[in-house]
Amino acid sequence: MSQLIFERSVPFRRAVRFDACDVPEVGLDEKYVRQSKARLPEVSEVDIVRHYMELSRYSFGVDNGFYPLGSCTMKYNPKLNEFTASLEGFTSIHPDQSLSTVSGTLELMDNLSISLSEITGMDAFTLQPAAGAHGEFTGLLLIRAYHNARNDNKRTKVIVPDSSHGTNPASASMAGYTVVSVPSNEMGGVDVEALKAVLNDEIAALMLTNPNTLGLFDPNICEISKLVHDIGGLLYYDGANLNAIMGTARPGDMGFDVVHLNLHKTFSTPHGGGGPGSGPVGVKSCLVPYLPHGTLIKETYGYRYIDERDTLSIGRMRSYYGNFLVNVRAYTYILSLGSDGLKAASQNAVLNANYMMNALKDTFPVAYPQTCMHEFVVSLADLKKETGISAKDICKALLDYQMHPPTMYFPLIVHEALMIEPTETESKESMDYFIQVLKDLKQLAYDDPQKILNAPYTTPVKRVDDVQAARNPILKFQHK
Amino acid sequence: MADYLSNTANQQEVMLKELGFKSLEDLYSNLPQDLILQRPLNLELGQSEFKVLDTLKELASKNKVYKTILRGAGVEHHYIPSVVKQLSNREEFVSAYTPYQSELSQGILQSIFEYQSSMCEITGMDVCNASVYDGATAAAEAIQMVIEKNKRKILVPKNIHPQVVHVMKTYTQWLNIEIVDVECKEGIVDIDDLKSKLNDQCAALFIQHPNYFGCLEDVQDLAQLTHSSGAKLVQYTNPMTLGYLKSPRANGVDVAIGEAQPLGISMSYGGPFLGFMSASADLVRRLPGRIAGQTVDENGKRAFALTLQAREQHIRREKASSSICSNQALMALTASMYLASVGPSGLKEVAEYSMRKAHYFANELVKLGFKLKYNSPFFHEFVTVGPIENSVIERTLDEINVLSGLGLSSHETLWCCTETTKKEDIDRVISRLKEVLS
Repeated sequence: MSQLIFERSVPFRRAVRFDACDVPEVGLDEKYVRQSKARLPEVSEVDIVRHYMELSRYSFGVDNGFYPLGSCTMKYNPKLNEFTASLEGFTSIHPDQSLSTVSGTLELMDNLSISLSEITGMDAFTLQPAAGAHGEFTGLLLIRAYHNARNDNKRTKVIVPDSSHGTNPASASMAGYTVVSVPSNEMGGVDVEALKAVLNDEIAALMLTNPNTLGLFDPNICEISKLVHDIGGLLYYDGANLNAIMGTARPGDMGFDVVHLNLHKTFSTPHGGGGPGSGPVGVKSCLVPYLPHGTLIKETYGYRYIDERDTLSIGRMRSYYGNFLVNVRAYTYILSLGSDGLKAASQNAVLNANYMMNALKDTFPVAYPQTCMHEFVVSLADLKKETGISAKDICKALLDYQMHPPTMYFPLIVHEALMIEPTETESKESMDYFIQVLKDLKQLAYDDPQKILNAPYTTPVKRVDDVQAARNPILKFQHK
Repeated sequence: MADYLSNTANQQEVMLKELGFKSLEDLYSNLPQDLILQRPLNLELGQSEFKVLDTLKELASKNKVYKTILRGAGVEHHYIPSVVKQLSNREEFVSAYTPYQSELSQGILQSIFEYQSSMCEITGMDVCNASVYDGATAAAEAIQMVIEKNKRKILVPKNIHPQVVHVMKTYTQWLNIEIVDVECKEGIVDIDDLKSKLNDQCAALFIQHPNYFGCLEDVQDLAQLTHSSGAKLVQYTNPMTLGYLKSPRANGVDVAIGEAQPLGISMSYGGPFLGFMSASADLVRRLPGRIAGQTVDENGKRAFALTLQAREQHIRREKASSSICSNQALMALTASMYLASVGPSGLKEVAEYSMRKAHYFANELVKLGFKLKYNSPFFHEFVTVGPIENSVIERTLDEINVLSGLGLSSHETLWCCTETTKKEDIDRVISRLKEVLS
């Protein structure tokens, strides 16, 4: 692998220089002042460029190749969005500027909120949450504030299905809730009988991803929603899988009271190697009074932000108004696609997933072989039993084909799971290639398993020792 | 109009046929049919790139971009080197997912490791995570690192950024944790009030240094006092200032957190920003979020991986101390590039020049009849009490394309200078204010 940038360091080498300071020195008491310089890299501009170019070669984005990473919606990130988010009128404004000097920004945020409300069937949106998990936490605090305002204080539990994302139960804990897990039925949906058994007046909410993490739309959603509402609970929608249904079905119409969206999934903003994302939260009108500080609202006299005057608000979730530039990208995307394009995007995401599922069903058993939505899960349990080759081994072998492997070992309820989400932006040819590679790898697992166990061959490092990384943590550069 | 689809209508038809479907709508025949939206979404139809760009440019042009910015309060206008802007936009970084497949993601993993290393260098701390949403959420998450079963109080002086305190309160409102105010004197922590509130139920004292008003705290004294009562000291800090100021670790701080926007990240109306979290080694397993570590591959070659994941939500589910998953990775990469491009000398200059400009500006304002609200030493921000109202100052400076300091009350203003503040701009501001005063 590459040198660390610290290993390229040469004393007194330097990239950027500043003009000499044109005002007098200040004598600050010694007790405040650093005694020796921080040991940051001392490198030239050429060093920096070569270094990061090398790191970029050892990174892999959706711009490098097919990325069928289930649950992550790795669709193409349009270049226009990057360009609009770099306009100076957006990047060079201070968040404490008076509202009259940022009217373009306010208009954009308002339009985006209205668009997201229409797409999801909700009444209002806050753009403040910075990511999906942050949106979940926000949504749960809204639910808690709602029950609390009604003096309904017995509700201390939140239900999550066993197929849910780990963020769901973790966010519920942050809001002080106890988590109740419900099992999935044989079709991968919520087990309605099991749900009934845990519903009572201590339940604050049910958190649901629909389509769920198996890529299946829950046919019982209306019944589930009625059951939860009947006992006084609210319905939370994890929008991670919204990419399946835009323009065709809306969480608001299914009975959900709160939704969070992942603009970095459904609305094409890039993942940046882990972030920044954006996790706006939409609510039905009953939850509007509790929206967080920093949420834009429109009054008859103009825009304002929710603040101390709004005494029912859950408070502030982060500084200022959200990951604004991410929201600029998402708005650009919505304008580009429009009502027709968004619907077509979801339809094609579903078409591509079903095309792949159909082509692979004879190679690996599909966990739930009905028509899927935007993703599906196959199980490699048989392959493992017969050849010793695991889902992880197959993923490592895929690395040599300039494709990112699917999500592995999730959801937890499917053994040796591979979760495949092609997204709408992939071509039939790239899917066909992926399908052929998977078939070839399966054959290889029977013919010459050692060849798979030794993969990957073309990456800058061989299989990485995660156990040693955790057992003997080295978390920063060790200066000599 | 743009949909970014690759498959042609013809290809879609072939695929549908293969699956036994007649139309795209058929794909949804499993859904309860009364949930199918029977009308188009009430949005405009898709538009060409040319038109969309026009609309976005129009919106951007309605925002006022100031030539000179004297407002900070946690969000600062610093020079961003071209090399940082250019390289942080590399598609391999921008369009990548979280580096869970280590072998394919060594570049991103190494960049996180380098970011952690640089942040540890400037804070003096042993460990740093891969980032959280922003400074305020870093502070809120830090509470979980220091809180104990029998220590449920967090002391918070009144000179910490109000939004930061507010987020701390929002995060803890249902967790049986008490946020206790500590009074201030001359803009810094009032030691007597602190002493009266420190006891064995306190998990930690949070301080901001330099604080919201720009004043410098006696961090070492605060560390001794806090530690003697069995509590931890958490410092919220602007990492840019650490090019010049003593590191948190050298002052005895246990956890150093803050907003790293000043390290090469544009103001962008408040986001995306970069929350950083660093701590002493004994707290590593209580750090939330992702952490990259160095290890080896099968052949013993150096390699990097996300590590200590047993702390995180995807493993621990409801037992995790935080639900954070997506973070601000690209901003961490940007900050790391910034620190490499300015280096140790450059970071010191940015901090020192910011401080010198602020002191020069403060002196000039005092000559005009403004008073400094606090007597304590300050760094690159300060509060004045003016002979004229804030609203007048703001309007007056707006006319000459200057964003004035932030009004804290009718006559109090919080000013900020950075290395980008030119002496000639300060002089221009002073002469304009002089006209108004005369």
